[in-house]
Amino acid sequence: MRSLYRISLVACLVLAFSIQQMPLAQQSKDSGQAKPEASPSPSTPPGPGGISTPNADPFPSTYQTFPRRTTLIRNATILTAAGPTLQNGSVLLRDGKIAAVGTNVNAPADAVVIDGTGKYVTPGIIDVHSHIGDYPAPGVDANSDGNEATNPVTANVWAEHSVWPQDPQFPRALAGGVTTMQILPGSANLIGGRSVVVKVVPARTVQGMKFPGAKYGLKMACGENPKRVYQQRGPSTRMGNVAGYRAAWIQAEAYRRRWDTWNATHKGDPPTRDLGLETLAEVLRGNILVHNHCYRADEMAQMIDIAKEFGYKIRAFHHTVEGYKVAELLKANNIGAAEWADWGGFKMEANDSVKANLAITDAMGARAMIHSDSALGAQRLNQEVAKAMYAGRAAGINVTEDQAIKWLTINPAWALGLDDKIGSIEVGKNADVVLWSGNPFSVYSRAEKVWIDGAMMFDRADKTEKWRTDFELGLVKEDN
Amino acid sequence: MRRLLLATVVLAAASLPVWSQTIAITGGKVYPVSGPPITNGTVLIRDGVIVAVGANVNIPASAQRIDATGKIVTPGLINSITTIGLVEIGQVRDTNDAAAKGNNNIAAAFKPWEGLNPASQIFAPTRAEGVTTVIITPRGGLVSGQAAAIDLLNGQRSEVIRRSPVAMIAQIDDAQSAGTNSRGELIAKLRTLFDDVKFYVGHRLDYDRAATRTLSAPAADLEPLIEVVYGRMPIVIDADRVDEIDAALALAREYKLKLIISGGAESWLAADRLAAAHVPVLTGAMNNIPDSFARLNQRQETAAMLRRAGVQVVLVGNTDGDENRFNARNIKYEAGNAVAYGMNYDDALRAITLTPAELFGLSDRVGSLQAGRDANVVVWSGDPFEFSTRAEHVFIHGREFKEPSRQDLLIERYKPKASR
Repeated sequence: MRSLYRISLVACLVLAFSIQQMPLAQQSKDSGQAKPEASPSPSTPPGPGGISTPNADPFPSTYQTFPRRTTLIRNATILTAAGPTLQNGSVLLRDGKIAAVGTNVNAPADAVVIDGTGKYVTPGIIDVHSHIGDYPAPGVDANSDGNEATNPVTANVWAEHSVWPQDPQFPRALAGGVTTMQILPGSANLIGGRSVVVKVVPARTVQGMKFPGAKYGLKMACGENPKRVYQQRGPSTRMGNVAGYRAAWIQAEAYRRRWDTWNATHKGDPPTRDLGLETLAEVLRGNILVHNHCYRADEMAQMIDIAKEFGYKIRAFHHTVEGYKVAELLKANNIGAAEWADWGGFKMEANDSVKANLAITDAMGARAMIHSDSALGAQRLNQEVAKAMYAGRAAGINVTEDQAIKWLTINPAWALGLDDKIGSIEVGKNADVVLWSGNPFSVYSRAEKVWIDGAMMFDRADKTEKWRTDFELGLVKEDN
Repeated sequence: MRRLLLATVVLAAASLPVWSQTIAITGGKVYPVSGPPITNGTVLIRDGVIVAVGANVNIPASAQRIDATGKIVTPGLINSITTIGLVEIGQVRDTNDAAAKGNNNIAAAFKPWEGLNPASQIFAPTRAEGVTTVIITPRGGLVSGQAAAIDLLNGQRSEVIRRSPVAMIAQIDDAQSAGTNSRGELIAKLRTLFDDVKFYVGHRLDYDRAATRTLSAPAADLEPLIEVVYGRMPIVIDADRVDEIDAALALAREYKLKLIISGGAESWLAADRLAAAHVPVLTGAMNNIPDSFARLNQRQETAAMLRRAGVQVVLVGNTDGDENRFNARNIKYEAGNAVAYGMNYDDALRAITLTPAELFGLSDRVGSLQAGRDANVVVWSGDPFEFSTRAEHVFIHGREFKEPSRQDLLIERYKPKASR
């Protein structure tokens, strides 16, 4: 991995220079930012910092794919997340994409061929709830950057501005098969700020990790955390929480109208920008996806009503410990449910945790997915899903491996709005692939090799190429 | 007097629930742990006690038979660091009874089991996954208090407590919690405390007359430490950085402590010293994150490496998913991961059964399947470390527990009708 790392450094330097010369619109295009959907683009290029533009991309991705070779993995059991398990299957990775999948794929002359006999292949795991980088290891106050707990509404902050790319938790998540993660602000606030979606790759800057074209997310939080953190100044109750969300959306709606009007007419001075309202206005325009930490069933129902009141969509509830109680409501509103397998009991709103949560949520038709909220959990999301799958079976719900693999891959991809690019092994998708030593739902299986965009980013057998963060050099022993 | 006597008898009976029943678990692969696995073995239980284990056991006609063909039979699992029954819901203050106020961060007198809640909702789901005995451990301070072993059965406090105390709990890796400002000061404080305990033993009468120098703890805290400084009661010292572990080893030599290291993030770097000193380690196999400067070299192979060096190892939870309470049930997955990271399978099973039983003075009763031991027995549908496996029968003192947990009831209420 060391050699890969050096290459990425060069890539970052080159890009950093070139970007400065580019006009903003060009930057957005090159970084693959999603096209504006609901807003006209201004006829004149905006000046720096002077305009509240939907989809402005002031911190564009500089990610470039790592060196890669055409690779054929064959004779493996493939959990595709897009259909039934392929026995003795092959998958061809070429030019960063999945070029072929099936039981009869010929190896191109230039291909590295990997024998997957006895092994499993899955799509790269996607963790929709991470704080890696924002709460890095070692956990010291100096680097504790996950919660801007100074105001109950901090829609103005962006998680990426806290991400420390040298967090040793990144390479460890990769070793667990995680290829994409959403890093969110913490849950102290009603509205915590923007998330960022990154590829789990070595880089000196967060821009070098950012998933090109990924939409931003907005972190919101229900229940105990905000009212505990702000009990002195408020909100100190759940009704105070709800009043807080509504007040923020009322402001955001007015802001959106002011700006949409100005963007359409360009008459007079533009309204003054407000970073927080700008983010919320983007949610109202449908350009930022809401990720709402919400444990309790009744609070999820209330958050759905708030979203309807203000005309935005909740993309996924996170920490839905009680998702199993309102799965039909989540289904009806097309909201994802990001859940742990078995965390519970640590606070009142987590007390009704059941291990069959994911299975019940899924069986009732809602889009269920695993999430970690933990750098340790992220390393073993496959094991978490195994627990949940078998707990479902114990409860009489016949969860197949073909279904459970979706909780790890395509369903979280959907929650991030990236299910057209990642999350399944289908021709044309990004070649984000994990080769497991055995069935990933066994406690004894481990990720052996991990590819991102067709580049092998982790190889358990090759210690010399291991990704070691700057922090670890000289501090953490090499054989660790 | 007679009434008093009667009450005593009732109490004694209540403290040892016995189930007058003969049960034969037949046909399974039996892991006695104290010896090699027995294929097609039988475990015979009578009146709450194991009376025979082997391939050729005469089964009385009256015995209730449990066919374990194709299944695995093990001792009930032991989780050695828990707050089950002491903390029900982490952030609900009224359900937190694991930490003492203490005096100057010393709470040696603290016996958390006296405030144990045997009606805890966590008993049933933990037991249902094959954990029959747990060590409940106090938290906080320099000397946290005393630990006890409890069985996860339905009953009064006196019935669930298997042995108390089993160890003193202390730490050497958190100066602030010890009421000190540096590790060196923490170690000095421990040394002063141990010196004072020895002084106290020789000056009890003077102490009672207030004719001694000021001691670092009141008599109530010094008394239970006497067993510790004379090496009769184990002291579990939390230590992560390798030099913390060496400091604990030095204290153990100096004071002849019966030391057990817990945490042990970097213990693999001291494996030879731990082995030479016969000091066991309670550690996990699922954390390789350098999450503090004292745990830079934490790794998942630690348990395997310690065993290879000849150190006694007990596996305990060491991730952040409430493994000491709500998910104490997951101890079997800690063992599975330990195996994935190089630990011998039998060692991993021993590390959650017989080894903790030995360390905490319980091995004459639990931790293995042998004639004469209490019938804490689990029949598993397969490999106990695998996610696909279920604990199909769980016996404590020979009684099978099948009561649904609160979680089971919630699932029954909410799962889709088709699967009901």
